[in-house]
Amino acid sequence: MQKTHDHKALWLVAPALLLVAFTAVIPLMTVVNYSVQDTFGNNQFFWVGAEWYREILQSDRFHAAFLRQIAFSATVLAIEIPLGLAIALSMPKKGISVSVCLVLMALPLLIPWNVVGTIWQIFARVDIGLLGYTLNGLGVDYNYTQNVGAAWATLIIMDVWHWTSLVVLLCYAGLVAIPPVYYQAARIDGASRWAVFRYIELPKMSRVLLIAVLLRFMDSFMIYTEPFVVTGGGPGNATTFLSVDLVKMAIGQFDLGPAAALSVIYFLIVILVSWAFYTIMTREDFEPSGGVR
Amino acid sequence: MLELKSITKHEREQAQVKDITLSLAPGKLHILLGPTLSGKTTLMRLMAGLDRPTSGEIVMNGQAMTGVPVRKRNVAMVYQQFVNYPSLSVFENIASPLRVRRVANREIKQKVEGAADVLGIKEFLHRRPSELSGGQQQRVALARALAKEASLVLLDEPLANLDYKLREELRTELPRIFKGNGAVIVYATSESAEAMLIGDSVTCLHEGRIASTGSARSLYDHPNSLVTAQIMSDPPLNTVRIKKKGAILEFDGDGRLHAGSHIETLADGPYEIGLRPHHLSIGAPASCGIDAVVATTEVTGSETIVHAEFMGMRWVSLLHGVHALNTGDRISLNPAPDKLFVFDETGALVVAPPGC
Repeated sequence: MQKTHDHKALWLVAPALLLVAFTAVIPLMTVVNYSVQDTFGNNQFFWVGAEWYREILQSDRFHAAFLRQIAFSATVLAIEIPLGLAIALSMPKKGISVSVCLVLMALPLLIPWNVVGTIWQIFARVDIGLLGYTLNGLGVDYNYTQNVGAAWATLIIMDVWHWTSLVVLLCYAGLVAIPPVYYQAARIDGASRWAVFRYIELPKMSRVLLIAVLLRFMDSFMIYTEPFVVTGGGPGNATTFLSVDLVKMAIGQFDLGPAAALSVIYFLIVILVSWAFYTIMTREDFEPSGGVR
Repeated sequence: MLELKSITKHEREQAQVKDITLSLAPGKLHILLGPTLSGKTTLMRLMAGLDRPTSGEIVMNGQAMTGVPVRKRNVAMVYQQFVNYPSLSVFENIASPLRVRRVANREIKQKVEGAADVLGIKEFLHRRPSELSGGQQQRVALARALAKEASLVLLDEPLANLDYKLREELRTELPRIFKGNGAVIVYATSESAEAMLIGDSVTCLHEGRIASTGSARSLYDHPNSLVTAQIMSDPPLNTVRIKKKGAILEFDGDGRLHAGSHIETLADGPYEIGLRPHHLSIGAPASCGIDAVVATTEVTGSETIVHAEFMGMRWVSLLHGVHALNTGDRISLNPAPDKLFVFDETGALVVAPPGC
């Protein structure tokens, strides 16, 4: 293919570049700047090189928060993706019920994060919360401020309640985009319901599924507001995810250097994992071939 | 032999079909011809067993098939869209109906390769449909229908989404491909040319009813009704309501036509006449024909299609070669008197021009 070399293109890209520079690159660079220096106040900085990075990567505190974060994201993805897919598959394809379903599905997505946190914080309280009070009344020992399992369960159920609809909406959009003749052809072939899902619906939805997985991964990996509001990272450090830990370090302890180093590491992890998801899911042979049954 | 006995299907979202009775012989290519919404697809869905007719019976080789679900019938269907399983290789796509039937692997391999060979896609067997061109994708779909060895093959405008060259190429191959295994082949199309080229028998559909059945040639030469003549004519048939007075045919707005010798003997009175566009020639203004004004001209190179207006009536003329006519040019339309079809007021044929 012939390529045109022309500096005019630069001017067309310049506004976008400037915008990205001010919103992303420059703030990121100030963080990078902090992460390689130490300060004792007074606006005096000392070069420490990779010291903070070494410290963070070797600290048990980071390892624990990282593992918690991975566990949380993995659980949330493992529930929300299949659940969202299942709901999308069982949604009606035409009629008034479609709009009813879509509006109901979209409702949780319209609620701000901290409000979601507050709703569940109150809903799950042992003394006045509908959920907490009822569970304890039924004899279940449930208290998210004392019990690690309860705290995790609360956060996971809350996230599933809040975000499964996003997966549903994405999958549904992918599903209704499949032309009806595909289903007709499958019926004529005599393909089973499973085969229709496996060889028509799933491959046709693979792109939106990729987007759903990426969005849900990034969002859940960076979750902050909800655990902050509901559990405050507790009980103990049980729900202190990376982001919660980061804020504690930066604002609670005012350790700017290590916090900056942690930010950069955090950022790199999100990018790396997203990239890994993307490459795996867009690989040509992601869909293993087999036969229709 | 597939027989439809007064099939009716009421539909809200698709075209309806009303009182269809047809019998289709195996080893022949049967054309369903009609414009969109004439009920071709609805009828095919009924033949396939995808839908149940509201009333009427479907009989295949003497066996009643009306209530039998699709998976128990041996039907193959190819659509206008290129429908293949996106994640499966071409081989598995062609093999899919055989896998459902649990055919042995060796037999599958043999049948798939055989079908791929006939359709010329043998070198693509390991590829995915998305890596093929539109024409090749449709060949995969056709190979799947072929490998299935169905007793009824339904082709629903299979060439409509292909470009011109590929369409011509596949059109000549299609009858040869499917006729071999003695299946009933039904081919829906909206193009009369396709019906003329490949059809053994043609059924013209109009608003869900059969307008006529017969060989393409007989329907073209002797259409039983105005509707059939219109369906069989492309570009569209010129029609005009006239009053016959002796050898003169008068129509609204002071128009007159000369009756050919085949018409002169008819009783005087109102008729509707039809004239194929290639029997309407164009002359200089104020010559003996109808004075008209050019509305649009379409030049295809070997042919020129002229749309002209006379007193609010549209006339279409098909001429050989390139003719430079501009919108607004005054011309004279000269219908060939001995090429007129005459229909009565109900649309039934009264007389066809001799030897067209």
